[in-house]
Amino acid sequence: MDAIILQILNGLDKGSAYALIALGLTLIFGTLGVVNFAHGALFMIGAFCAVTVQRLLNLSFQTVDETQKDFLGNPLKVDTPYVEAWFGPEVGATIIDWSVPLAVVFAIPIMLAVGYAMERGLIKHFYKRPHADQILVTFGLAIVLQEIIKYFFGANPIQTPEPSALKGSLDIGLMLGFDPNAIIYPIWRLVYFAFSVVIIGGVFAFLQFTTFGMVVRAGMADRETVGLLGINIDKRFTIMFGIAAGVAGLAGVMYGPLNPPNYHMGMDFLVLSFVVVVVGGMGSLPGAVAAGFLLGILESFASTTWATTTIPGINQIIIYLVAIIILLTRPRGLLGRKGVMED
Amino acid sequence: MSNNELTRRGLLRTGAVAGAGVALPTIFTASSAAAYTNEPTGATVTLGFNVPQTGPYADEGNDELLAQQLAVEHLNGMGDGGCLNTFTSKALKGNGILGKKVTFVTGDTQTKSDAARASAKSMIEKDGAIMINGGSSSGVAVAVQGLCQDAGVIFMAGLTHSNDTTGKDRKKNGFRHFFNAYMSAAALAPVLSKEMGADRRAYHLTADYTWGWTQQESIAAATEAMGWETVNNVLTPLASTDFSSYIAPVLNSGADVLVLNHYGGNMVNSLTNAIQFGLLDKVANGKDFKIVVPLYSELMAAGAGENIKGVLGSMNYNWQLDNEGSKAFVKSFGEKYGKPPSNSAQTCYAQVLLYADACERAGTFNPCGVAEALEGFEFDGLGNGKTLYRADDHQCFKDVLVVRGAQNPSNAYDTLEIVEVTPVEQVMYAPDHPMFGGAEASLGECNSGA
Repeated sequence: MDAIILQILNGLDKGSAYALIALGLTLIFGTLGVVNFAHGALFMIGAFCAVTVQRLLNLSFQTVDETQKDFLGNPLKVDTPYVEAWFGPEVGATIIDWSVPLAVVFAIPIMLAVGYAMERGLIKHFYKRPHADQILVTFGLAIVLQEIIKYFFGANPIQTPEPSALKGSLDIGLMLGFDPNAIIYPIWRLVYFAFSVVIIGGVFAFLQFTTFGMVVRAGMADRETVGLLGINIDKRFTIMFGIAAGVAGLAGVMYGPLNPPNYHMGMDFLVLSFVVVVVGGMGSLPGAVAAGFLLGILESFASTTWATTTIPGINQIIIYLVAIIILLTRPRGLLGRKGVMED
Repeated sequence: MSNNELTRRGLLRTGAVAGAGVALPTIFTASSAAAYTNEPTGATVTLGFNVPQTGPYADEGNDELLAQQLAVEHLNGMGDGGCLNTFTSKALKGNGILGKKVTFVTGDTQTKSDAARASAKSMIEKDGAIMINGGSSSGVAVAVQGLCQDAGVIFMAGLTHSNDTTGKDRKKNGFRHFFNAYMSAAALAPVLSKEMGADRRAYHLTADYTWGWTQQESIAAATEAMGWETVNNVLTPLASTDFSSYIAPVLNSGADVLVLNHYGGNMVNSLTNAIQFGLLDKVANGKDFKIVVPLYSELMAAGAGENIKGVLGSMNYNWQLDNEGSKAFVKSFGEKYGKPPSNSAQTCYAQVLLYADACERAGTFNPCGVAEALEGFEFDGLGNGKTLYRADDHQCFKDVLVVRGAQNPSNAYDTLEIVEVTPVEQVMYAPDHPMFGGAEASLGECNSGA
């Protein structure tokens, strides 16, 4: 039982990232009708917002310490971050320690701007082009973006650790009456899950309970009619692109402590996220979220020792296997609507 | 009646025959000189450096490239000479190789076998590279080694740690300076036993490709031989990015040691995940839980950050080694590039010098002559201490470093500390060892491209 709970937690955690990226993808597809293969790159840019904030907070001045030597035997140059000099060592160290949560604030305007620029600068020119053209151009854009990031940050993963207060793990099993160490789970992974629930809830609330959201939903259902009512739906959809970019970016910022960001992390998630979108049903926001968590949990169970010894390699194919089964039985996906991507 | 008068026709005939006779040795010489691939005919000789310049190992590839460029400078008599001053062989004079100035071309392996073969092929066929050096993957090394064997050029592998490279996939034209998985295991096992005890239960996570398999096989055999039990070995896809599903069951598996047979991004992420799950803070079977990373590199250690503190592993070389060759190389590399060299950089630098030295000693660029000069060659002064290039399998044998993630690094380069320098005798094995292809493994015939 404890092993099952552990894998469910793992699945929810994996599913959080899938769901957040798939949610953004679906928002863009549902509003603009664009298949955005650069969405994984937005997730990666978000993660590098955290890296950038960390580096900004670590900007340092150098002093020479004659008592220590560097690798060439010269006096060691010691870096002291400006924030530690300005606010004192303890406060400065605490500010640096909380760089990832602080990066959330930094990433929101950056990601909105990146999303806006991407849509206005490139993607809007491809609205009336076939999906194949959209895929090609956005995939090309993704490669350009990751090469830019690699140029500035290198190819090696860069640690963006969680704050010290949120390091370590919780013995959830003990709380549930199991033996000690039966269900150990890292605190930051629980934070990530909670964060994704808040973001997903926020997006749904925004669409459900605001006038802006109502217009966007109406536009998703019947763009032409909304346009005929004199509403500039294109402008609202552009804003939705920015919001979708923001969701992917925030998912990336908070993901950094789980696995150190590298320039190709977006590509690692891209294909899986598209599978999530298709399984959930093209254009269905609840479908994307549900499929994200469902596939995350299934992937987690498929990676257990029992599963891999029973069916070797199942951990590598489970998501695609489930996708095939669901598409065979429900061609529009779990919660897909009739008429989306259908002639 | 005989006619002994010199006629015009007779003179021409005699002249032609005599000319042909005089020219005959030259024709044979020219013919034999042209009988190997890319024989250098001008004032320069071209080396091919095939390293990952894009992809996840691009930083490591860049480090290799920097080291190889430095080696070329030193061969051409520029800079401070680096290890030319400490190398025990004195055949290299700083005037290129065999009097020819050394130039180089580069290829991008992308850490993909097909791309690496394509870039090596291009350097050989279009750029006239006389040898290929470098790389950061065993899959790539085995693929490029096969290509170089067929093309008739020497291949000097870069960072490749699979037993197969000089095991079942060994080739007469291929050479490896870097150590291998067996050596890592042989060096690590006694230290693990000393530090963790002989009664341990190990859980392995293994990257599902050639290097991971041989690494796991080696370390499991070495630790089991000293009394450890292998509880489980889980193969993880190379493309995995998150290892939480694999790490989560470890604590309840009855294991008290986690062995991460991962390298690169896999290692950084699996170690980070293991630390997140608090494994190092736990007690299992009444003992402190431990993590082992059999193969370390400085760049991966930097990627893993604080997570490597106290974690044991092994390396081919570390810039902190205190011998004359290492000091000369670190000084030369450090002053030029502002950072100490990684162990892949050192291997690539050493390979270029070893190739050049072998050419000088053989008196030819002919790959068969060069191979013969490298086989059984014993040397020192390139940073690793006394080293042997074994003739049977073209594997270098030298001391192996057991290292540990530093608890309190004083700077960005001080992330690993040397725990023990394992003597070469402890990591030696027979050329027909079962882990290296057994008795069937063979170098085959040398191919000069004739």
